[in-house]
Amino acid sequence: MAEKVLMKGNEAIAEAAILAGCRHYFGYPITPQTEIAAYMAKKMPKIGGTFLQAESEVAAINMVYGVASTGMRVMTSSSSPGISLKSEGLSYLAGADLPALVVNVQRGGPGLGGIQPSQSDYFQATRGGGHGDYHMIVLAPASVQEMASLTVKGFELADKYRMTSMILADGTMGQMMEPVSLDFEASQTVEKPWATTGTKMSRPHNIVNSLFLQPDELEKYNFERYERYKRIEETEAMCEEYMMDDAEICVAAFGIAARVSKNAVDEARKMGIKVGLIRPITVWPFPKAAFAKAADKVKAFISVELSMGQMIEDVKLATSCKKPVFLCNRAGGMIPAPEQVLASIKEAAEIGGAN
Amino acid sequence: MVVFDKPHALTDAPMHYCPGCTHGIVHRLVAEVIDELGIEGKTIGVAPVGCSVMAYNYFACDMIEAAHGRAPAVATGVKRADPENHIVFTYQGDGDLASIGMAETVHAAARNENITIIFINNAIYGMTGGQMAPTSLPGQVTQTSPYGRDVKQCGFPIRVCEMLSELDGPEYLERVTVNNVKNIRQAKKAIKKAFQNQIDGKGFSLIEVLSSCPTNWGMTPKAALEWIDERMIPYYPLGVYKDRSAQEAQDK
Amino acid sequence: MSTKQFLFSGFGGQGILFAGKFLAYKGLLDEKQVSWLPSYGPEMRGGTASCSVILSDDAVGSPIVSAPDVLVAMNLPSLDKYESSVVSGGLILADSTLIERKVARDDVKVVYIPATRLAGENGIPTLANMIIVGKMLSELNDFGDASIEAALAKVVSAKRADMLDANRKALKLGAEYVGG
Repeated sequence: MAEKVLMKGNEAIAEAAILAGCRHYFGYPITPQTEIAAYMAKKMPKIGGTFLQAESEVAAINMVYGVASTGMRVMTSSSSPGISLKSEGLSYLAGADLPALVVNVQRGGPGLGGIQPSQSDYFQATRGGGHGDYHMIVLAPASVQEMASLTVKGFELADKYRMTSMILADGTMGQMMEPVSLDFEASQTVEKPWATTGTKMSRPHNIVNSLFLQPDELEKYNFERYERYKRIEETEAMCEEYMMDDAEICVAAFGIAARVSKNAVDEARKMGIKVGLIRPITVWPFPKAAFAKAADKVKAFISVELSMGQMIEDVKLATSCKKPVFLCNRAGGMIPAPEQVLASIKEAAEIGGAN
Repeated sequence: MVVFDKPHALTDAPMHYCPGCTHGIVHRLVAEVIDELGIEGKTIGVAPVGCSVMAYNYFACDMIEAAHGRAPAVATGVKRADPENHIVFTYQGDGDLASIGMAETVHAAARNENITIIFINNAIYGMTGGQMAPTSLPGQVTQTSPYGRDVKQCGFPIRVCEMLSELDGPEYLERVTVNNVKNIRQAKKAIKKAFQNQIDGKGFSLIEVLSSCPTNWGMTPKAALEWIDERMIPYYPLGVYKDRSAQEAQDK
Repeated sequence: MSTKQFLFSGFGGQGILFAGKFLAYKGLLDEKQVSWLPSYGPEMRGGTASCSVILSDDAVGSPIVSAPDVLVAMNLPSLDKYESSVVSGGLILADSTLIERKVARDDVKVVYIPATRLAGENGIPTLANMIIVGKMLSELNDFGDASIEAALAKVVSAKRADMLDANRKALKLGAEYVGG
């Protein structure tokens, strides 16, 4: 095992991407993710890769579209307002079935918002974000180690399913340092016979395209894409379950909210409250099965979020609203304290217990 | 004996362009140049949003359809993916290149991105049915300037070659037209130079082609070709606006 | 289970983040679980800067330190802001060159050290942060082991080898400071 080093989450993403074989990065400066660009600017020229500071977020995602068309691993990163700008490109990547990795180190919104950590782009990320019917694979790291490992995983899934993988992090994950082991190797990339790398005069031309003027044809592609999404939902959903075996209350939280919630769960356990945590690692596909199973056992759910309550809708859907789902949240760049989560757990235990 | 044939770099797909439209001529010129330079197998074209949106069906090389205005950014990605082995061109109209995609155009030029841009300037939005373009002339009647383009209210047309020539970045900028045989020959020469520059690693070359849109101009094809002489060329003079290599050779 | 939570706070430019990073690296080398979380934003120079460091025998939950066991306050606004958050029985280290008032609480241990003055007098004007860290480590009976040297090697840029000595000197000055 490689030696553990202290790294910022943003740097861990950048280094993991390079280890995963990504040699092309395009980005635009925005807090709190600029370390990724800075890291790439330093490293890429030394390994024959491309770092290019684009003129805009829009240009950056379209440069990604260009490299992705050639089948090479490519990424960009940004933070919330920048992701809104990139949404056009995200939709085109989906429409053209191109693999790419996009990082969103979220900050509070809406509008220019703030620069402190947030999870309020959950809807945008899990529902696609741009126009049209599509999804991205959305990975939600909760440690610097996961910032690295999920980046590698993100590239693999993107290639496997010909779609965008998004790392949905937040300012805390991006800025914090933790020990990380960068024990990755560039995984075998899949064959990409569709790539536009020149016909070499040996095959018909490839076309990377999302325009289909015949509605029946466009419908067919949408249906096919959703067949693929269904397979992904069945096979790629990931979550971590913590103290769920005998839990009567289930906390749902991802990313930094899950870290805070773990402290609260530990405290509540000391008080004798049977509480556990389900931490989605993929937020799309959402780990529905784990929640559906929990819904038959627990008395109540608490969704802990750095937003006005977005993931809570997925918790309700996954559990068919069988049990009450409470919201414990802060917004605008504020982070719930473990005490706040603990108070919610106690409250839920009382209400749930009365059922 | 074959006296006239379609270039290899064009497919057999029937083009959708209106009668009298000059897109077909420019497509052919680009394809002839690709044939003559023997680069079809390594060429990747980027189509715009606009009338030439389906250019990906017409060119036989690998093709990518870009979002509106983003072709220079997409081309940047394709080129940088494999600079040694990719010849990359974009084919864009005036709305795509000079309005919604102006930032991408200017910055690709400023970076001297080693790509070739074929820029069709027909002073109108064609595909959406004839709206005012960034290059519509003062007084020009369009669907969205029904009383003629009022420069007080909506500003002046943009002369792309002149504007980009102020940048240190670009290698080559030339404005041509295709409204008669002589001009078509010159246009082909310019397009060939723009591709050759890329092969030679010289950098960003943009060829602006003054083109006609008889349908949306409300003219016969012949009158439209004359309108280029009468109205467009006076505002958009033909010629080379930048040729860095020639300039450097002269300065030596 | 042993977990210690540290909060470093001061002006941007005082090396708050660096001090925290040194401690985090030391923790890593001591085979602890560690996290380091900075305040961030347009406050790199002159504004307030803080950073949370957690050293634990178990996996670190939330990396945010809201109730520190140890507070290092390098200016008055920091002491004003965080004094009340320190856990009862905790430790506060204050740079007495820049903080004239005394800590009001009597349920915490307080160490006053004129770190900025000592740094100036000893020709290492940028290392008041490490002087105070030296004192902190000695207060925690954690000074003098090999991990200090290894941690310094990790956080001081290889290009600035001269700074290694200066940092060693600062840590030692702090550790040996008597008074406060």
